[in-house]
Amino acid sequence: MSQSRKNNMIVLTLGIILIIAIIISFGIGRYPIYANELVGILFSKLMPVTQFWTDKVETVLINVRLPRIALACLVGCCLSTAGAAYQGVFQNPMAAPDILGASAGAAFGAALAILNGGTSYMITISAFFFSLLTVALVYLISRKAKGKGTLGLILSGIMVSSLFSAGTSFIKLVADPNEQLPAITYWLMGSLNGAKTGEVEFVLIPMAIGLLPLVLLRWRMNILTMGDDEARTMGVNANRIRLVVIVCATLITAASVSVSGMIGWVGLVIPHLSRKLVGNNYNHLMPATMLFGAIFLLLVDDISRNLFTTEIPLGILTAFIGAPFFIYLITRTEEIY
Amino acid sequence: MSIEVSNLSFSYSHRSVLNGINFIAQENQLLSILGPNGVGKSTLFRCILGLLRGYRGQVLLNGKDIKDISIKEIAKSLAYIPQSHYPSFNYSVFDMVLMGTTIQVSAFSRPGSKQIMLVEAALERLGISHLKNRGYTQISGGERQLVLMARALVQKTKILILDEPTANLDFGNQVRVLTQMKSLAKEGYTIIQSTHNPDQTFLFSDNVLAMKDGKILSSGIPGDIFTADLIKNLYATEVNINSLYEDRVRVCIPKCAI
Repeated sequence: MSQSRKNNMIVLTLGIILIIAIIISFGIGRYPIYANELVGILFSKLMPVTQFWTDKVETVLINVRLPRIALACLVGCCLSTAGAAYQGVFQNPMAAPDILGASAGAAFGAALAILNGGTSYMITISAFFFSLLTVALVYLISRKAKGKGTLGLILSGIMVSSLFSAGTSFIKLVADPNEQLPAITYWLMGSLNGAKTGEVEFVLIPMAIGLLPLVLLRWRMNILTMGDDEARTMGVNANRIRLVVIVCATLITAASVSVSGMIGWVGLVIPHLSRKLVGNNYNHLMPATMLFGAIFLLLVDDISRNLFTTEIPLGILTAFIGAPFFIYLITRTEEIY
Repeated sequence: MSIEVSNLSFSYSHRSVLNGINFIAQENQLLSILGPNGVGKSTLFRCILGLLRGYRGQVLLNGKDIKDISIKEIAKSLAYIPQSHYPSFNYSVFDMVLMGTTIQVSAFSRPGSKQIMLVEAALERLGISHLKNRGYTQISGGERQLVLMARALVQKTKILILDEPTANLDFGNQVRVLTQMKSLAKEGYTIIQSTHNPDQTFLFSDNVLAMKDGKILSSGIPGDIFTADLIKNLYATEVNINSLYEDRVRVCIPKCAI
């Protein structure tokens, strides 16, 4: 299949671009690190190298830049993968990772932790916990909803989301306007500022647990886009696969927003850009989306931390950079085939 | 390979849709189900496919009660061909057909070269190989119907159930789709279709079920059961039935047109 080979090449190219982007991202920043220092420090972790760089350079690279680059890649990858997965199982091209309330729940959890004077770790844990709780609530409510299953899920997702958003607004209202309110507002805008190694360790496990089944089940997701009846006549238990996909996509979304805050845009648009590149077959769409998401958020985060003296929150930048790019693409490129 | 429906009844809350349906569909046969809109043909199909479980009576698939068979096992002997539709996402014709092979690979894996060969063969057989890299939503309705047939063929079942396969097709595509169905039946497939066209059943069907108000009004060989009275009873339309070519073919003409 030439189509399939072409798609393999695209996925491979995205992989190479990601590696290059990671290397470049290590080098750029307020504190300049030169290529020889970068190579030296990275190799010194694997083999003995005589140190020719200052300790400060190594600290910046390992404790500041590495966790931040890792989080940008992981969050970008997870949000776009979750978006692609939700789009498939809900047969809805407009689905995004926040469709079942994961983001609204995380926002509430984070705001609550900030209100109670939590440390940054507590904010992350609280956001993660409330994110999962919200989606669980949405799922339980939808079980009681009459009629078509997926519609019930989406509707209860909207309801519960608005409930938690109202809760977040209330917390902002009662929060201390000098310290807490700006912290909440800043968190809600989404940022990877101050990413720590501990945060990477915290999200790595739920992300791995969530991503693996999504990658493995990617062929089955194609069948789900045909609708439940057709999927079942092709021997696929649509309800069971959908539940697994929802649980996994929710897990990676919750892990992402708990460290990054609200980055609402990536999960909707990166899957669509990937669809333009490799088509709708999840066989290639899944890996392409994962890589594309990681590249996109990494580059946007590079701009976020380098463009101006004060950092621009990611949530704002993704929209500022992404939306015009997306508008260009939907008006210029034709659908493949 | 057979489907045996006995005393099947189904109701949505209090509205009775199917009432005491009995029939047998056997191999080498093309069975057509006719009846006015809303008579319960789709509900009947959903019961046979194992998608609706809350019915009374019995559906036997190769002698086994379909309620005792898993979705996976049903899909190994029964394939469904829906009316050609627009899915939410556009797939290439090739990928669309490849989906029919899903049952042959485990949940965590993807169709391989064996399945790809099946797809190539099915596309070849239905004469749509040239479409394989086209988008499913960008081809004509008749071509989409053939793609869905190819998807059912690669599922490697011997029973095919088609929901109004010729609805919305132009004359030539209707003939092409029906000819394929007929030749599949001759090869040993069991084929059940729903249709609104009595002439079609005279030309292509081996057996006919005429349904009205959730019941079977009449069943048998088209030439035996299709009378002007039956058509009038089914569709409240006066017709003349004429025979052509020494009664090898019959046609059904509305009286108001003569």
